[in-house]
Order: sequence, then structure tokens, then C-alpha cells
Amino acid sequence: MARAAVLGRLTWQVGTVAGVRDETPTARTIMLDVPGWPGHQAGQHVDVRLTAADGYSTQRSYSIASAPGSTSLELTVQRLPDGEVSPYLAEVLAPGDPLELRGPIGGWFVWDPENAEPVLLVAGGSGVVPLMAMIRTRAMSGSQAPFRLVYSVRAPDTALYAGELADRARSDAGLDVTYVYTRSAPPGWPAPAGRINTDILTAGQPAQPGQAVFVCGPTGFVEAAADLLVDAGQEPRTIKTERFGPSGGQT
Amino acid sequence: MNAHLDGNVLAGTLRELFTVDITTATGQCVSCGTTAAMAEARVYADAPGMVARCATCDEVVLRLVRGPGRAWLDMRGLNYLELQLPA
Repeated sequence: MARAAVLGRLTWQVGTVAGVRDETPTARTIMLDVPGWPGHQAGQHVDVRLTAADGYSTQRSYSIASAPGSTSLELTVQRLPDGEVSPYLAEVLAPGDPLELRGPIGGWFVWDPENAEPVLLVAGGSGVVPLMAMIRTRAMSGSQAPFRLVYSVRAPDTALYAGELADRARSDAGLDVTYVYTRSAPPGWPAPAGRINTDILTAGQPAQPGQAVFVCGPTGFVEAAADLLVDAGQEPRTIKTERFGPSGGQT
Repeated sequence: MNAHLDGNVLAGTLRELFTVDITTATGQCVSCGTTAAMAEARVYADAPGMVARCATCDEVVLRLVRGPGRAWLDMRGLNYLELQLPA
């Protein structure tokens, strides 16, 4: 029972960059070797701390993208143009570099593969990262829980993990992936670009009994999606949310 | 910008202070009596510290400031916290 665990005080440790992988023109995944990593639950995050030569130090939270038990700990970082930390992580950090981090952190926004209930994942932009960890964990654990991902992106080229999600939608039985394009849809897409709505979130069906919902994205997106789901009959207590924003979040 | 985040962002700093995850604990708001997971609080982090407000009544339930070598924690807005512990 991870929720009931006594964890000990959280301390900083140093990981080493094992590799990097471009995900989109402005986002990349950093693969880390972290000695003594205690393992994590899908949905948890880490804090990353950068310290300048003059001692100035700043930290940000990043969701873990990889499933527990993967060979490396993966973080996917979206570069924000005016960010203080993300440009370094997304552009400068190179294999072999050390990176100071602490975690895993957060026991609320997590999915337990022991749960067989259907799961609805709702992602806005880079909010897909912890939800991808859940999708990967589902596959690695052999879970049969029905999973549906609704992924809202501005345009096709901003979607993270597009290739892997397309592969998994074919190969992972019980996983459904639905995109929402808010600015520009790909050619031939059946719907015009637009915001998330009730029909997309519910697939036109009443809320499934026992369905758990995880919503992650910018604050406005999370509020909108959660409100639509509650209006559609989803029990508020079954909706877990994680908001990220300009501070304390993923800049 | 005054967009709020949620109690998940408190998790790291609170784990410097406590050996259990406080964000999964249930807290009761002094102001309105609602009980909710601390992760569900609205957290305003655009400040020297983090201010967590009740998602129901918007009153302050917790304030947390981390400085070099010390931390300040104000939990006047909570009647109690209920924590899950190993049996």
C-alpha cells in the first residue's frame, strides 16, 4: 500500500543523463540513470534543481514519463520560451551530464495497476506526460483495465509520443486514443479544430460505473475538462486533477 | 497571472518536513468544515511561499514558505489532518 507508506525524508540525489530523445521540435525526453532509485508509481513527479556557478539555485517539478521498472527514469520536458529551467533541460543538457533531482513525489495523482476499473485520461498539452506513464505501466503490468486517452493539442506537430501512441492504440488491447486539435487539425480530420467538449470526453456514452478519471494540463484546461465531466454525471470524487502553471510548475 | 495550481505541488517540500506524503492526507477546513485530500486544495505559488486554499470555500488552509536552511509552515486553516499509516 503505497498510500500508507512511511517514506522517510526526501533528499536530493544526482542522476546522470543516459540519453535524450526529441519528441517534438520543442520538447524532448531525458533518460536518467539514478543510482538507488526506489521505484515510483505511474503519475508521480520529481523535483529538478539547477544550481549556477554563483550558487543561485532554482527548482521545478517534472512528471515522470516512464513506467516503474523501466531501464531509465524518463522525464519529458516542454521548452517554454521564457522559462528559466526548461530551456536548459530541453536544449543544453547532454548525455553524461549530472542532474540533481529528488523523488518520487506525490501519492495522489497516481494509477495503481491493481485497479481493474476503467480509466479515462484527459491531457492538455504536456499534461500527457504522467498519463503516458500510466499507459506504459498498464502495458508493462499486463493490466486489462479499459483505458481511454483524450489528448488535446494545438496542432499535430505539438503532440508528444504521437508515434508510440499510434502503435499502442493498435497493439495494447483496451486502449483507445482520441485527439482534440485546438488550433489546427490534420488534413482530412473529421472535426474542425476546437476545444474539448462533452461529446469527446464521454464518447457519447454515460459515465462508466467505477470509472476513474485523471486530468492533467494547464489550469484552465483542467478546470474546463473537470467541469464538463461533472456536468456529464461523473462523480467529482472520482476525478483526480493535476494542474501545472507558470510557477511551481513546469517552466 | 494568478492561476492556481493544486496541492500536488506541495508534495516535494512537505516531504522535506514529514516522512509521509501529506498530499494524500485528508484535511478539514476550519472555515467551512469540508474534508478533502490536501492534493485537491487550490495552491497559489506565485509568491515567496505557497498558499493552499480550500477548494470549496477558498479560505486559506495551509501556508508553506521554504527559505535557505529553514521552512515555515502555517496550518491554522485546518482543524485536523487524517493520515494513512501502515497497520
